[in-house]
Amino acid sequence: MELTIWTYEGPPHVGAMRIATAMKGVHYVLHAPQGDTYADLLFTMIERRDHRPPVTYTTFQAQDLGGDTAEIVKEAVRSAHDRFRPQAMLVGESCTAELIQDNPGGLAATLGLDVPIVPLELPSYQRKENFGASEAFYHLVRALAGPHAPAPDAPKPARPEGRRPRCNILGGTALGFRHRDDIREIRGLLEQVGVEINVSAPLDATPADLARMGEADFNVVLYPEIADTTARWLERTFHQPRTTTVPIGVGATRDFLREVAELSGLDPEPMQAHLDSRLPWYSRSVDSNYLTGKRVFIFGDATHALAAARVAREEMGFEVVGLGCYNREFARDVRKAAKEIGLKALITDDYLEVEDAIREAAPEMVLGTQMERHIAKRLGLFCTVISAPVHVEDFPARYSPQMGPEGANVLFDTWVHPLMMGLEEHLLGMFQDDFEFGNDTTPSHLRAQSPDRTGQAATGPGGHGPGGHGPGGNGQAGTSRPGAGQGAGQAAAPSLEPAPGHVGTAAPEAAPAPAAAQAPVHAGPEAAPAGEASGEPSPSLRWLDDAERELKKIPFFVRGKARRNTERFATEQGIHEIDVDTLYDAKAHFGSR
Amino acid sequence: MSAPTSGAVSDRAAVSGCAAPPVQVSGNGATGDARSLPVLKERGQREVFCGLTGIIWLHRKMQDAFFLIVGSRTCAHLMQSAAGVMIFAEPRFGTAIIEEKDLAGMADANDELDKVVARLLDRRPDIRTLFLVGSCPSEVIKLDLGVAARRLDRESATGVRVLAYSGSGIETTFTEGEDTCLVSMVPEMPVDRGQATDDDASAPATGPGGRGDSSSADEPAAPPSSLLVLGTLADVVEDQMRRIFADLGVGPVHFLPPRNSAELPPVGPATRLLLAQPWVNEAAHALEKRGARRISAPFPLGVEGTTEWIVAAAREWGVDRDAVLAATEGPRRRGTQALERYREQLEGRTIFLFPDSQIEIPLARFLHREMGMIPLEVGTPFLHRAHMEPELALLPDTIRLSEGQDVDRQLDRCMEDQPDLVVCGLGLANPLEAAGLTTKWAIELVFTPLQGYEQAGDLAELLARPLVRSALLEV
Ligand code: SF4
Ligand code: SF4
Repeated sequence: MELTIWTYEGPPHVGAMRIATAMKGVHYVLHAPQGDTYADLLFTMIERRDHRPPVTYTTFQAQDLGGDTAEIVKEAVRSAHDRFRPQAMLVGESCTAELIQDNPGGLAATLGLDVPIVPLELPSYQRKENFGASEAFYHLVRALAGPHAPAPDAPKPARPEGRRPRCNILGGTALGFRHRDDIREIRGLLEQVGVEINVSAPLDATPADLARMGEADFNVVLYPEIADTTARWLERTFHQPRTTTVPIGVGATRDFLREVAELSGLDPEPMQAHLDSRLPWYSRSVDSNYLTGKRVFIFGDATHALAAARVAREEMGFEVVGLGCYNREFARDVRKAAKEIGLKALITDDYLEVEDAIREAAPEMVLGTQMERHIAKRLGLFCTVISAPVHVEDFPARYSPQMGPEGANVLFDTWVHPLMMGLEEHLLGMFQDDFEFGNDTTPSHLRAQSPDRTGQAATGPGGHGPGGHGPGGNGQAGTSRPGAGQGAGQAAAPSLEPAPGHVGTAAPEAAPAPAAAQAPVHAGPEAAPAGEASGEPSPSLRWLDDAERELKKIPFFVRGKARRNTERFATEQGIHEIDVDTLYDAKAHFGSR
Repeated sequence: MSAPTSGAVSDRAAVSGCAAPPVQVSGNGATGDARSLPVLKERGQREVFCGLTGIIWLHRKMQDAFFLIVGSRTCAHLMQSAAGVMIFAEPRFGTAIIEEKDLAGMADANDELDKVVARLLDRRPDIRTLFLVGSCPSEVIKLDLGVAARRLDRESATGVRVLAYSGSGIETTFTEGEDTCLVSMVPEMPVDRGQATDDDASAPATGPGGRGDSSSADEPAAPPSSLLVLGTLADVVEDQMRRIFADLGVGPVHFLPPRNSAELPPVGPATRLLLAQPWVNEAAHALEKRGARRISAPFPLGVEGTTEWIVAAAREWGVDRDAVLAATEGPRRRGTQALERYREQLEGRTIFLFPDSQIEIPLARFLHREMGMIPLEVGTPFLHRAHMEPELALLPDTIRLSEGQDVDRQLDRCMEDQPDLVVCGLGLANPLEAAGLTTKWAIELVFTPLQGYEQAGDLAELLARPLVRSALLEV
C-alpha cells in the first residue's frame, strides 16, 4: 500500500479512454462503479470536448454484487451497441470490476454483435494510464489491421513506381499534451517534403482507417509511450520500419527528417529547407545572451523530458541541473541521457521526491508538468509546462505545437517568456529608488491592481472563472504578482476545490482565485509563498541587517539561490552571523552563477 | 447556438407540452398535492461522483482532520481531477493505494494500512481525527475499515481519534459521502444532558454496546436543550444563522460537522435536529436513535426557505412566526431585494435538473416559487420522502420527478424538452452547450455558500449567469 496524494498518471482504463475518445466510431464499455464516471470531465472540461467520451459505464452498485453483475455487463454492451452503432467496441473493466472477475470482454463476445469486440484486460493494481493507452491502441490495431496482414514469410512488395512514399502517424490521443497541434504540424511537414499520410491514429482515425494501416511504407512514431508497442507489432507484421526520433526542437526535427528521408527513399537535402524555424536566429540574437547557462530542472514523461533536455542545452544554451521522468517503462533512455551530462536521472512518480530534488538542485527554471508547476510556485521558481499530465491551460485556443518548425518557435517563446518577465522585474527593481518607480508603483502591464506586495486583498474583478472561485479567493487574486499568477491557471480549470470562502474556512493554503489567471506568465519568485528561503533557515544562523539589505539588491530571481549559497557557505565555515563579507565570500566561493 | 429570447422561452415551454403556469410569482396558488407526485424511477448508467468527493469540502470544514482513502489509483485520480487544485503540497487527504501484493492476502493489507497510518500520523502531528474512507476496491476485497479504525484508535496513544466510513461508488453517491462521514461521528458525540429529565433515554452512547441504540420510542417530549444543525454549511452562513437564532432566544446552537473535529456537539433526547442539507439522511436517523428529535422544515434556500426553516426551529422554543418575521426583517428585506435583481432573467424560463447532489428538489422549489421559473424535470439521485416532504409540498404537480438515472435516456428527454437552463454535472455540461443548451454546473451548488438570506441573491445570480452570458455572446 502506497500513500499517494497527487499522481502523474491515472489508472490504465483512463488511458484506454484516451484512445477511444481520440477515435471516431469506437465505443468503450467499461465495467465500473458510478464514481468512475468522473473521467468524463477530463475530456469535457479539461480538453473542452464538445461530446461526451464514447464510454458506457456499467455503474454497478453494492446491491448488484451478490446478484448478476454479468447480466449488467451484457445489457450495457447491447444497449451501447444499439444506441451508438460503433464500428468497433472496446470492452474492459476498471479496478473494482477487475476484482469481481466478470470477464466483460468474454461476455461481450458471446452476444453475437455485428462489430469487432476488442477485449481489454488492464492490470489496474500494477500499471497506469500510459500503459492502458498503449495496450488499447495495440489491441485495436491488432484486431482491425491484423486480418489484412501478409503471410509471415511473404516479401515486402516494392513501392510502385510513381507513387509517393506513404506513412502512418502514430500516437496522438485525446487529452494528450498538444497532440492535436503536433499532429497537424508533422502532417504538414511530411506532406511538404513529399510523403503521403496513409493513416494518422488514434487521433481522428476510424476503425476502418486502422484496418488499412498496412498500406503504409513506414510509421512515424510521435509518442512512444502510446505507440511504441503498436509500431513494433506493425514492423513485425507489415515490415513497416519506424522513426525513432521525436521531432521536438530544431536539431531533433532535422534528425527526424533525415530518418524520414532514409525510410522513404527521398533526397534528404531539399527536405531540410522545410525546417524553417525562428528559434536558431532568436537564440543567437544578442539579447538572448542573458539566457546563457540558466539552470533548468526537467521532469515529465520520458519523451518530452528527453527532448527538452536536448533543446535546453543545444538550442537555448541552458544548463540542465536535473533530469527525470515519471514513467518507468521508458526510463532507460532518460538514465542514459542524464548520465551523459553528469547527472543522476530522477525516476519516480512521487511528487514529494521531485520537489525535494528540485529544491536541492536550486534551478532558476523548471520545465515540467502541471505538478512541477505547483512545486515551482511553492519554491518561487519560473516554470513552463512541457509534458502531460495536463490541465485546461494546456489546451490553448491558438495553434501551439511542440513539434516541428513551429513547435520550436513555441518552445522558444514559452520557455524564454517567463525569464524575460523576470528580467523586466529586475529592471523595475533597479529603478525602485527613482521616485517614478517607487516600490508602490505597479508595472503598467499588471493593470490597475494593488501595488501592495504583501498579497493583501485587492477586491478586484472577482473570481468568476470556471473553477473553484469565490469571494474568498480574492484575497489572493488581487495581485498578479508572480506567485499568484502561476497557481492561478490551475484554479481556472474545472475545479471542485472550494475557494476558502466557500466553506468559509480561511486556510493559510488558500488557492489563488482565477482572477490572477490573467497573468499566468508573470512567474516570479518574490511573491510566491515560499519566497526566497528555499531551505529551512538554520536556527544557528543569523543575517545581520547590512547583509540582509545587500541581499535585497540582488535580482529577486537569483536571490533565493544567493541566500541559500550564503547560508550553506556560512554553515560550512562555522560562521553564525552573516555579514556583507560572508555574502560576497560565498559568491566568490560558488562562482557568480 | 441560439441565445434564447423571452419569446423563444414560452415557445419552448409550449412545444414541450409543459402545462406549468406561465409565471408563478408567489403564494401557494398552483402547487398541487405534491406528496403524491409520481416518481420516474430509473436504473441505468449513472453519471455522478461517488461519495469520496465529499472529502473536498469536509477536509476544509474540519481543518484538524485527515481523510485517508483506502482505495485504488482510480480513487486517487478522482480526487485529483475533482479537487483540481494541486498547489497544496500535502493536503489533508490522501489515498493508500492498494497494490497487487495487498490483494494476495488480508493480513498483508491490514499490516500495510497500519504502516501507512503510522507514517502519516508521524508526519502530521496536527491531526486530531483520522477518517479511514472505504472505497469500492476496499469493500469488494472486504477490508474491514471499521475494525481497522478501532484497532488504530486503540493503538494510537497520541489522542488521535480514528473513524471509518464508506465513500465508495458502490455504496454512496456524491454527497452521500458526507452523510456516511457524519454517521461515523455520531457515536462519538457526548451526551446532551441539557434540561432532559428522562434519565433512561440518555443512556451513555459510547461504551460497550452503546453505539447509537439508545432511543426509546415515545418518551415524553423534553423541553429542547440545544439545536443541532446538520450538514456542512459555510462558516459565514453558520455565523449568520447563529446570530439570528441568538436574537430569537433559540439555542444553544451546535453544528455537525463542527469546525473542529475534536469538539463534537452533544446529542440527547432534548436535542432538536434541523437539517441544513438535503443529503444528511442517514446521519439524521443515527441522531434520532440517540434521542434527537428532527424538526420537519424546507431547506434554507431562498428567502422563503430560510424563513420556514427558522420558523420551524423557533417554534420548538415557543417563538412564533410573527416574532421570527420581526427579528428577521432586515435580512429578509435584503434577500428579497437581491432576488429582484435576477427575476427578469429567470422568470418564465424552463429548467431541467440532472440528479447530482440531492439539492435538486429544494433548488427547484426555490426557483419556481421565488424566481418564477418552470421546472420541467427534477432529477435526484435518491429520494428520501420523509425528509423531502415539506419541499415536495411546495412543488408544482406539473414537474417530472425522477429518481436514480439512466443517463442516455435522460439526455434524450432533456433534448426533447429543450429547457432554457440545464443544471448538470461537469461531464455533461459542455456536450449540452455544444448541442445548443445553456447549462449550470451542479457542483457549484455544493461548494458555494448559498443558504440563508444574505446568500439568496448569490444563488439566483449563479443560475442567472449562464443565461445572461448566452444572451451576451455574439460569437
Ligand atoms: S467509484 Fe469506487 S473505485 Fe471509483 S473512485 Fe469512487 S470509490 Fe474509487
Ligand atoms: S463559486 Fe463563488 S465566485 Fe465562482 S461563481 Fe460561484 S459564487 Fe461566484
